[in-house]
Amino acid sequence: MSTKPPSLEHKPKKKRKEHFIALYIMMIPGLLYLLINNYIPMAGLIIAFKKVNFEVGILKSPLIGFKNFEYLFKTKDAWIITRNTIGYNALFIVLGTAMAITVAILLNEVAGKKMKSFYQGIFLLPFLISIVVVAYLVFAFLSTDVGFINNLREMSGQKPIQWYTTQKYWPFILTLVNQWKSFGYMSIIYFATLVGIDRTYYEAAVVDGANRWQQITSITLPLLKPTIITLVLLAIGRIFYSDFGLFYQVPMGSGPLIPVTNTIDTYVYRGLMQLGNLGMASASGFYQSIVGFVLVLSANWVVSRISKEHALF
Amino acid sequence: MVDNSRTFNIVLHSVLMLLAAFCLVPFLLLFSSSFASEASLLKHGYSFFPREISFSAYNYLFGSSSSSILRSYGITILVTVIGTSVNLALTVLLAYPLSRRDLPNRNVFAFIIFFTMLFNGGLVPTYIMYTQLFHIKNTLFALIVPQFMLSAFYVIMMRTYFTSNIPMEIIEAAKIDGAHEYRILWQVVLPMSMPILATVGLMVGLMYWNDWTNGLYYLTDPKLFSIQNVLNRMLRDAQFLSTMGSNSGQLSTAVKNLPSTSLKMAVAVIGALPILVIYPFFQRFFVKGITVGAVKG
Repeated sequence: MSTKPPSLEHKPKKKRKEHFIALYIMMIPGLLYLLINNYIPMAGLIIAFKKVNFEVGILKSPLIGFKNFEYLFKTKDAWIITRNTIGYNALFIVLGTAMAITVAILLNEVAGKKMKSFYQGIFLLPFLISIVVVAYLVFAFLSTDVGFINNLREMSGQKPIQWYTTQKYWPFILTLVNQWKSFGYMSIIYFATLVGIDRTYYEAAVVDGANRWQQITSITLPLLKPTIITLVLLAIGRIFYSDFGLFYQVPMGSGPLIPVTNTIDTYVYRGLMQLGNLGMASASGFYQSIVGFVLVLSANWVVSRISKEHALF
Repeated sequence: MVDNSRTFNIVLHSVLMLLAAFCLVPFLLLFSSSFASEASLLKHGYSFFPREISFSAYNYLFGSSSSSILRSYGITILVTVIGTSVNLALTVLLAYPLSRRDLPNRNVFAFIIFFTMLFNGGLVPTYIMYTQLFHIKNTLFALIVPQFMLSAFYVIMMRTYFTSNIPMEIIEAAKIDGAHEYRILWQVVLPMSMPILATVGLMVGLMYWNDWTNGLYYLTDPKLFSIQNVLNRMLRDAQFLSTMGSNSGQLSTAVKNLPSTSLKMAVAVIGALPILVIYPFFQRFFVKGITVGAVKG
């Protein structure tokens, strides 16, 4: 326990206050930015209940109750975008978690720091590339006329496939692209937990005659459990938000693919920017914000019940 | 036992090498296709081994249309530098006071910041506010201000770093010496925080470099396009680059000779290359940026 220097105790109170004023002033720019970029749009969610007329302004535009929502939920779109958003995300969470844990365990078995970081470096590469470039990579494989895959098919005497207009392939393609881009990132997070495991557990297991598989199932996986539960629950909390870039860029906005590639985020974007349907766009945006918020809170509540230290708050 | 572990190692490395190939193969296709001649591409399509090597796509990019490509490159660099600097400044200025245990009401402020991670207004109100209230459409601000200038996630990450790495005694000692809060931050705290500044700076820089959404929402003037916006437009319209420079959008004779098939791949290479080049030198910061506070938001 360090005792405070007496000089500080006797300083006039005003001097101490001034110190804090300096600290509060420091926070002003950042808080102002959050007010503009985050809090004003939250209040702006009210436009979902308005018939927006830019000539009179947002504030004076008339309130129309739940009309926008009635329109939205009368269409088939509401069901399709909800199904696609949740369906793809659920698939990504299950596959992504399994893949990331597997890769993390494999990385952990590699002897030598150099090799570990070599693999990590390559696995992380797809994560660093913008999704627009990824769309080009996919196009190089799938283009109907010049794509690599149709090129191969032609050489072996098969008919080319119209990838960008055939719906049935896209759940698979989007899942593959998502895994390609994110497995390295996810595996690094799990790997960081594995590094923290005490080596003596494994040494003891070897003495007891446990093989590698037994070590994984009875030491590694149980110790990873809190991390797995936390990350999965947090992902479930974000299940109402889709990766806009993946669903907007990679199918290249192809019309025939929309039933299998439209998610809440692409729907809001198209409604706002391409179709000019502000009512629908704001209603679906509101729907996403509110359900998303409830899901985050519930996921966090569950996490805090399981392990308090892993909860967000 | 030795034999067993040798087989295991062979299998282990084969699997990991396969995964590494899975990551790298698409890039190879991209690179080699950008160096293939237009005629061979039209005949045989994109392939890993170009039949005829040609630099026509790159000649075109850095020849007749170089001004528009270089311009968008310049805009990307400018936006990344300004955006990252402002973001770091705002993050530090917000994170440092929050890390001070003696600051009254600091939990209230922490909550205000944290809440933005849980709830947001979404695209529609954000778009209307930025265009109707702040009129940022078709200005350079459009690429810098929305979304990325401050992120609650990095504020919390930096605050955690300050609390656990800067002893309160040092700050107290500086205060006794009569240093002002700003001087303490600048001369005591920041020099001790270089690792976290590098990590956050790199992640934010990557975010700005790769962003195409702000340009998609707020720009219609191709003169302000970042390299990612040019890529975004070219994906659907290979002729975009040739019309981008001219005011009237008239198709010049050059369009007929446009090596558009290889050009697409060459532009993508140019958009990704800077990251691929600097990445090996900064790998450990990227890895750190992902693992630090990844689990604990």
